Amino acid sequence: MRIVVAMSGGVDSSVAAALLAEQGHDVVGVSMQLYPSTPSGRSAEVAAAPVGDRAYGTCCTLDDLNDARRVAQAIGVPHYILNFESRFDEAVVSNFVREYVAGRTPIPCAHCNSDLKFSALLERAVGLGAGALATGHYARITCDEAGTYHLRRGLDHGKDQSYFLFSLTQEQMARAMFPVGHLDKETVRTHARRLGLRVADKPDSQEICFVPDGDYAAFVEREAPDLTRPGVIVSEGGRVLGTHEGVHRFTIGQRKGLRLSSSDPLYVTHIDAAAARVTVGLKEALGRTSLTASGVNWTSGTAPAGSRRVAAQIRHRHAAASACVRALDDARAEVAFDEPQTAVTPGQAVVFYDGDEVVGGGWIE
Amino acid sequence: MRIYLDYNATTPPAPEVVELVARVTRDVWGNASSIHHFGQQAKAAMDDARGQVAELVGAEPSEMVFTGGGTESDNAAIRGAAEALEPAGRRHLVTTAIEHEAVLNTMKALARRGWRVTFVPVDATGIVSVDAVTEALADDTALVSVMHANNELGTVQPIEAIAQAARARGALVHTDAVQTAGKLPIDVRRLGVDLLSISAHKFYGPKGVGALWIRRGVRLAPFVTGGRQERGRRAGTENVAGIAGMGAAAARARQKMASEGPRQAALRDRLERGVLAAVPGSERNGAAEPRVPNTANISVERIESESLLIGLDLEGIAVSSGSACSSGTLEPSHVLKAMGLPHARTLGSIRFSLGEANTDADVDRVIAVLPGLVEKLRNLTVTMKR
Repeated sequence: MRIVVAMSGGVDSSVAAALLAEQGHDVVGVSMQLYPSTPSGRSAEVAAAPVGDRAYGTCCTLDDLNDARRVAQAIGVPHYILNFESRFDEAVVSNFVREYVAGRTPIPCAHCNSDLKFSALLERAVGLGAGALATGHYARITCDEAGTYHLRRGLDHGKDQSYFLFSLTQEQMARAMFPVGHLDKETVRTHARRLGLRVADKPDSQEICFVPDGDYAAFVEREAPDLTRPGVIVSEGGRVLGTHEGVHRFTIGQRKGLRLSSSDPLYVTHIDAAAARVTVGLKEALGRTSLTASGVNWTSGTAPAGSRRVAAQIRHRHAAASACVRALDDARAEVAFDEPQTAVTPGQAVVFYDGDEVVGGGWIE
Repeated sequence: MRIYLDYNATTPPAPEVVELVARVTRDVWGNASSIHHFGQQAKAAMDDARGQVAELVGAEPSEMVFTGGGTESDNAAIRGAAEALEPAGRRHLVTTAIEHEAVLNTMKALARRGWRVTFVPVDATGIVSVDAVTEALADDTALVSVMHANNELGTVQPIEAIAQAARARGALVHTDAVQTAGKLPIDVRRLGVDLLSISAHKFYGPKGVGALWIRRGVRLAPFVTGGRQERGRRAGTENVAGIAGMGAAAARARQKMASEGPRQAALRDRLERGVLAAVPGSERNGAAEPRVPNTANISVERIESESLLIGLDLEGIAVSSGSACSSGTLEPSHVLKAMGLPHARTLGSIRFSLGEANTDADVDRVIAVLPGLVEKLRNLTVTMKR
């Protein structure tokens, strides 16, 4: 079977490609170019501008694309770089900026998976005659006797990325492969060394790839200078405690950078973008027992009738908490936690687990 | 068997060229600037090559300067002329919107440093109008640079008439002949230009070596300063083996041109007709004539060339489209954009450029494979959209 492997230049997708090639599949490596390869953008400007090594991103930079290409060469598979700059900008970067400006805290990786990798890239893969698209995600897909696909956590729970994949549909799972999902990170690196891959000891990427310095606020201000505006910081009771330079600088549960003097630590409890108002309160005020999710996907393809017991995870590094979830309509669901959860943050995903399995998920309203 | 249809990008070096380059590398390793026997050997190899390369374009050997390739030749011509004529108060440059990036980006770099640059537009023929260039000329025009044939379309530009108009206004004229050298007979005197760039690897020579023809009497700022090599225009110990290879390739190209030109033109025409007939919604880009004999540029409706190129490569057919950027992804062709073609049509273009190894069977195979591939990609864009 021909399998297109999305190669980022990192160790996980490199090993994914190598393992599939080793199993005798007809592997075609592809890498997505997601942002301009030079700081100035268009290649036509390159000659006119001084050229340096300044990286625009931390993943899929020219260096990473070169790594991916050299891995593909080493394992003897063809490799192509696909230009997804404009799609990435539309589906991921613009959304990221819009969300922050709206006082929400987005997770671009999940949008990239649903709106780029497993849509536009998967479509390309099929166009190239591939039966599947493989990535280096730490997640697993299994298929039961009835032919239904199940999305599960990666075996290495420390590296599990199933949270970012909640939007996968049956149709997408039928064509998705995660060759390292059943391995732990150390085993992946061992494979990389065994195969002589040059990326065996390459560090994991940490930040959001298109904001390499991690300064999201500065990024939003650069991208949308007209949309950010100052406002006030108020107490839970509505008393003005200070001012701020834009709601995009805050996330629910944030403590640092408030520039308020208070005897007790204060946390951001609410963000009202329309009024440019940030509310702060004591830690106790952060607890929520329910939330509404939109853009909900049920991985089985059908919403549960009535309410269902799940473990609901509200951010990447959150221990999923017992809850009941109930579908409100085609795209929305209501989640009721058994215990109050700290920092339920609009823009993040809430993902519903049954044991290891992702049964669904959506965006926190 | 893979089919190579990307000869405008590069050509495989001819066996006799490879052998000569290897022999000179091994046996003629002297420094051409040295007075002794070893130096003389190297100098002799270069003299032979200079004569052969000059003959390819109808020039005097003493007018040929060897460079590191076509891009360097273009840079040297444009920057050298701009700099040399600046003291005379000539601060204006004229070029076209469909030049190779070697010219375009050099012009843009000079524009940033204060030169006025006019980029003459073209219409859908892909042939620049002599009148438009003439209108762009000013009293202080230093240089007019127009390519001999466009690398993406193959269209041949009216260099003789442009050169006449430009020289009447006292401007120097440069032409990038990288895509015509070895494909069409060139006579620099008949073209009437002052500067002409060529590149060895486009006519079955080695990469990394090219030449700039500088008409005797033309003053040009030196482009690499240092020793006295290449009459002080391009300093640095010469790439003797590469230069010898370029000479052999030039001699060979001169011999083959009369038979290869018509042969490739017939194949190209059959390929073009076949593709246009077999693929619904396909159109040729640019005028049919005058064109170099080996190039066909075709847009396919509702297709992204990136997918088509990769699909063809997986079928063992190598073609190209637009120009690749540093990572190797494709950007919409600036040439097709400049021609005013609709955006969708610029996105779905592919370039076939034929060469010596291509046969009727190659053409048959492309015509057999392409329609199915296009259909598959088109169906996909309908079915996968959610």
